[in-house]
Amino acid sequence: MSNITKAPTPAAGGRAGAKKELSEHFKAYKHIWVFVEQERGQVHPVSFELLGAGRKLADKLKVDLAAVVIGPEGEATRNAALESFCYGADLTYLVTDNVLSEYRNESYTKALTDLVNTYKPEILLLGATTLGRDLAGSVATTLLTGLTADCTELDVDADGSLAATRPTFGGSLLCTIYTLNYRPQMATVRPRVMPMPERVARDAARIIIHPLHLVEEDIVTKVLSFVPDRDSAKSNLAYADVVVAGGLGLGSPESFQLVRQLAAVLGAEYGCSRPLVQKGWVTSDRQIGQTGKTIRPKLYIAAGISGAIQHRVGVEGADLIVAINTDKNAPIFDFAHIGIVNDAMHLLPALTAAFRARLSPHSRDRLAS
Amino acid sequence: MHSVVCIKQVPDPAQIRVHPVTDTIVRKGVPTKINPYDLFALGAALELRDKFGGEITVLTMGPPSAEDSLRKALTFGADRAVLLTDSFFAGVDTLATTYVLATAIRKIGETFCRPDIIITGNESIDRETAEVGPGIAKRLGLLKLTYVAKIVGLDLISRTIEAECRAEGGVQVLRTKLPCLISMLEANNQTRRGVVTDVLPAGRAPIVKWSAQEAVVEDISKCGAPGSPTIVKRVFAPSPGSEKAGLVEAAEQPTKVLMKPILNSQPRLETDLVAQARGF
Ligand SMILES: Cc1cc2nc3c(=O)[nH]c(=O)nc-3n(C[C@H](O)[C@H](O)[C@H](O)COP(=O)(O)OP(=O)(O)OC[C@H]3O[C@@H](n4cnc5c(N)ncnc54)[C@H](O)[C@@H]3O)c2cc1C
Repeated sequence: MSNITKAPTPAAGGRAGAKKELSEHFKAYKHIWVFVEQERGQVHPVSFELLGAGRKLADKLKVDLAAVVIGPEGEATRNAALESFCYGADLTYLVTDNVLSEYRNESYTKALTDLVNTYKPEILLLGATTLGRDLAGSVATTLLTGLTADCTELDVDADGSLAATRPTFGGSLLCTIYTLNYRPQMATVRPRVMPMPERVARDAARIIIHPLHLVEEDIVTKVLSFVPDRDSAKSNLAYADVVVAGGLGLGSPESFQLVRQLAAVLGAEYGCSRPLVQKGWVTSDRQIGQTGKTIRPKLYIAAGISGAIQHRVGVEGADLIVAINTDKNAPIFDFAHIGIVNDAMHLLPALTAAFRARLSPHSRDRLAS
Repeated sequence: MHSVVCIKQVPDPAQIRVHPVTDTIVRKGVPTKINPYDLFALGAALELRDKFGGEITVLTMGPPSAEDSLRKALTFGADRAVLLTDSFFAGVDTLATTYVLATAIRKIGETFCRPDIIITGNESIDRETAEVGPGIAKRLGLLKLTYVAKIVGLDLISRTIEAECRAEGGVQVLRTKLPCLISMLEANNQTRRGVVTDVLPAGRAPIVKWSAQEAVVEDISKCGAPGSPTIVKRVFAPSPGSEKAGLVEAAEQPTKVLMKPILNSQPRLETDLVAQARGF
């Protein structure tokens, strides 16, 4: 039923060969917008990553890059607006109102669609977080425009159209999607897919303040409470510099302890492949891959993980991938930088001990080398 | 209490390939199943029916073979199944899908009984957009709760529903009004299988088949490929890794063999880690 099945090769014409025929009223849509997501008073890093990606597209199209900041009145929202300039925004659209203090689909959808209808951006990017995906979906259906979710690559082609590439079928395939004749062209991108741009201290330039026109009584959905994840304050898997992960090869929930121990010595975060979550050995916020977290650490150590495509897409951004697997034909060795054909049960504790010795403040080993 | 559950028949994503010559997706021979998230949606509807009585209608848009998934849903305990199948529906993207499904849900309300709640899976495992549920709600002018992990309360007198919804860094407990749409994440409910009281009526339960015209789709241009704002221009397989890993066979002292390359390729790592260990 999906259009992918039908997609012929470009040469074959058909829908994939469709041409851009933008109707007159859409021609007023210009500039690139990035929705800046706040999460309990902090800007989600994915928003800065998107400002970086948006900057490149804006330069290519020779248009402005705008940040969109929506939130309650106060310091946090104001800071988010100011920070956006340091990550490349030319201007910021700001909607502040205390009914926006907790994310609710109704109020945020109204704020963002009102902005789009008033100021008409050509491209609108959001982080593919829970909040961003929820918001993007309802904004796109309200505006009746196209949305490409969870993109891994964004580009603009010769006629200025957004080419959004995303994995499909659980990462087995990639497809490049266009929204030719509707505006804005919307896309979401997962955290850690785009590199974090350098922060450059800059004074705020233009800030355009837009009213919300919504009172609490108009909003049917009420937030009864918020229960923070147990260890989410500590778990920062997506943004960790070092990640150690284990897979089914560990054989039992008890041996997963070996992964946690090595992670502890390295000051790393630990993660896992999906089957361990499905078996209930590890909580779901630790899953790495297509349906889990995308990571981009300096060092990724994978023990007893076969390297299925759905896992691979989540770890490919790592600078150094070290794989430990007993099977020398395991697919993980196709993309790991260092592969060790060995039993993780022996190697993990040995590594833990070795690193512990080496990293201790008085390590002779380290001083010698 | 009438729940409408939207389900999708999906191919096993792991077995999908691109045809090396034509660049099209090869689905032939790939087994299909009900999208796993949709089973959680059905599970939630069954729990509601256990508590409040009423009935469950499952709805899918798909090729005629999607009837298999509806049959399965009936054996899991749904009371009625509706299949939307028509060549006009081919080549849809999410926006056009929501148009067709929303239209059909209106017709279900007129033909059988007005739904109190519409439940979808949060996303499908083949397309993974999480856009269809919210889109249906928007088109029907319904309130919606997405990323629902659990329905914690429902009150048919005040017509309110409370649910735990996954949010960034935690769980939001939200209350909204019926009728509404909820999209279910992986939940703890196990779809019960093969309960006799569910399975026996399943054989007799009808599968209602509607074409575009029968579902009263007024504007054909809004469904199928013409109603889809997005266009897939290219499908391709991910490029294989550039170079194969230098394999280190089980050496005498694997930790030595391993630590050197790790620390050499990441020169700053050691200083960072030592600093971290000292608590800087
Ligand atoms: C729609 C969809 C989404 C998915 N999303 C994800 C996702 O987000 N993340 C994810 O990880 N998976 C995901 N998967 C699952 C994925 O396809 C694989 O099934 C999964 O990654 C395999 O996990 P694994 O490598 O731990 O297990 P296995 O594939 O069973 O591999 C275990 C490995 O351990 C090795 N081994 C065994 N014993 C030892 C030992 N003593 N020491 C060292 N090595 C040993 C074996 O040689 C083997 O290579 C998804 C699947 C689908 C269909």
